[in-house]
Amino acid sequence: MTGRKVLTGFEITADSHTLAGYRARGGYEALAKALKTMQPRDVTQEIVDSGIQGRGGAAFPAGRKWQGIDPHDGQPHYLIANADEGEPGTFKDRWVLEHDPHALLESMLLGSYALGVRHAFVYIRGEYDRPWRRLDAAVEEAYAEGLFGENILGSGFSCDLFVFRGAGAYVCGEASSLLGSIEGTRAWPRNRPPRMTVRGLYQAPTVVNNVETIASMAWIIRNGAQAFREIGTEKSPGTRLISISGHIRYPGVYEVELGYSWTKFLHEDCGGLLCNKPLKAVIPGGISSQVMTGMDAKVLTPGEVEGMTLDHEVLRAAGSSLGSGGMIVIAEGTCMVRLLQIMLRFYRHESCGQCTPCREGTGWMHRIIDRIVAGEGRPEDIGTLYHIARFNDGTTICGLGDAAGYAATAMLDNFRDEFDYYIEHGHSKFGGNLECQ
Amino acid sequence: MKHLIPEFERLKTRLPPGHDATLLLPCLRRIQEDQGYIADGDIEGLVEYLGVPRIQIEEVLSFYGMLRRAPIGRWHLQVCHNVSCSMRGAERLLDHLSGRLGIQPGETTPDRRFTLSTVECLGACGTAPVVMVNEAYHENLDPAGLDALLERLD
Ligand SMILES: Cc1cc2nc3c(=O)[nH]c(=O)nc-3n(C[C@H](O)[C@H](O)[C@H](O)COP(=O)(O)O)c2cc1C
Ligand code: SF4
Ligand code: FES
Repeated sequence: MTGRKVLTGFEITADSHTLAGYRARGGYEALAKALKTMQPRDVTQEIVDSGIQGRGGAAFPAGRKWQGIDPHDGQPHYLIANADEGEPGTFKDRWVLEHDPHALLESMLLGSYALGVRHAFVYIRGEYDRPWRRLDAAVEEAYAEGLFGENILGSGFSCDLFVFRGAGAYVCGEASSLLGSIEGTRAWPRNRPPRMTVRGLYQAPTVVNNVETIASMAWIIRNGAQAFREIGTEKSPGTRLISISGHIRYPGVYEVELGYSWTKFLHEDCGGLLCNKPLKAVIPGGISSQVMTGMDAKVLTPGEVEGMTLDHEVLRAAGSSLGSGGMIVIAEGTCMVRLLQIMLRFYRHESCGQCTPCREGTGWMHRIIDRIVAGEGRPEDIGTLYHIARFNDGTTICGLGDAAGYAATAMLDNFRDEFDYYIEHGHSKFGGNLECQ
Repeated sequence: MKHLIPEFERLKTRLPPGHDATLLLPCLRRIQEDQGYIADGDIEGLVEYLGVPRIQIEEVLSFYGMLRRAPIGRWHLQVCHNVSCSMRGAERLLDHLSGRLGIQPGETTPDRRFTLSTVECLGACGTAPVVMVNEAYHENLDPAGLDALLERLD
């Protein structure tokens, strides 16, 4: 058991994802309550008071983002749920879309009411077919019952929802890139300022939140900010959906109360490592969060070291982050040089190309690591990789360039001996192995 | 694409008025779903229907990995080769598939039955390795499971 639940505390049955199933567990009561008894600002205040931090990667306080919009300033505003979920290792929003789409929809309605939004969007990644079918069916059910459209529940509040499907580009998960995608242009990320709450979709004030962030809102409005704060830690309230994969016995999506023991999570809830190998490393929150050694994560074996807890502050202090919640577990015997090669190939492939340091840097780093893996590495390669990685930091428009640099430096910092060995001997210390055998 | 216009018109009802370019990607996706790729005539049709310049449509077309300007094989096999899938055998799977079909990623078999590709993380890492066959995910695959799957694809 991974602590108290906000999102997954119901039994999955044949119809738990339908409107009837959602209503049977109190669904859409928060909406009725808000429309009858709360002003838009009260809803935002409740989200501020809950202290919920964004679940898409950067953990920015959602309430503070919402306060950036004045619902009564007479302009159009937009709310977008980010369901692009492209960060490697991450598959938790898919759980919400497939198993509880109405929690997302009710929360979108609450957010739209709070922010004065007439037209809301869900941006879902192009490859998600089954999750899209589930979401689309839920939207049609909600429209059929008058939960979207004109004069919802007789309140005078009107809101439409458009489900926008991407077409295979990781960078579109970046909030400003996603705007360009919806506007029908090449989806290049945009410089800030202006912030998107000042100038976003169609130049109007816009909030983009991750699916999990938004889907938690219905619970918060139904149960109150105070009840939410009682879950988790003081600085990291609530829960996080963690999608865990790699060399772990029971991979999958787990809702973990923030502050839960990491050791217990890995070794009890997730069944420990495959092949009973010791833990070599763990990437806590998608490949754009820095890799940690098993020793640094203090989750080596059950009981061997005092475990760390899973929350935003603890991981930040350890030099990494809970990121997107995509946890990748790496057993002893895995070749880290090959893993970095895969990561750098990914960033090179996904760079949109508009910033020179990112476009050139991701390509250059990837060519170097390809050469090392081919047995033709040179002693100066490590220094060059560091140099390119650091040059990227902070010089690019979006976080993709930074992330590529962080991935490289964290791998080099933690597993330097393996890179040196590969270059010196022309082959991997671990036979290039990626699987747990 | 003309026969799809009534469908496109229905999509408009849930969008804010005056932003027809938003329909560009949904239209391109729908056209590709209908005929397998996007032809020159479709681009002309969209220039007219959406009032979007041709160059903008070309830019959008080249931006996204899923959009195609030419037909491919009947079954599109896309093997995820990102971190979690590789840690669960994706590279062996890809080698197996490549050997069995006699083609490399990016190629189509001469009988136009299969096109083989690699893709980045599909958001199914917990059930890795995963191969996307047209729209459907096939998860937890090993070479034997993959062989059984290929038998079912005509
Ligand atoms: C390259 C890149 C890709 C991103 N991909 C996603 C994504 O797939 N899903 C997501 O929610 N956020 C993604 N983000 C973060 C978003 O820009 C944005 O911060 C987030 O959606 C805000 O939601 P939150 O405040 O609720 O976390 C990405 C950021 C970058 C730089
Ligand atoms: S950092 Fe990279 S992906 Fe982001 S805008 Fe610049 S070139 Fe594009
Ligand atoms: S790494 Fe293959 S689905 Fe995520």
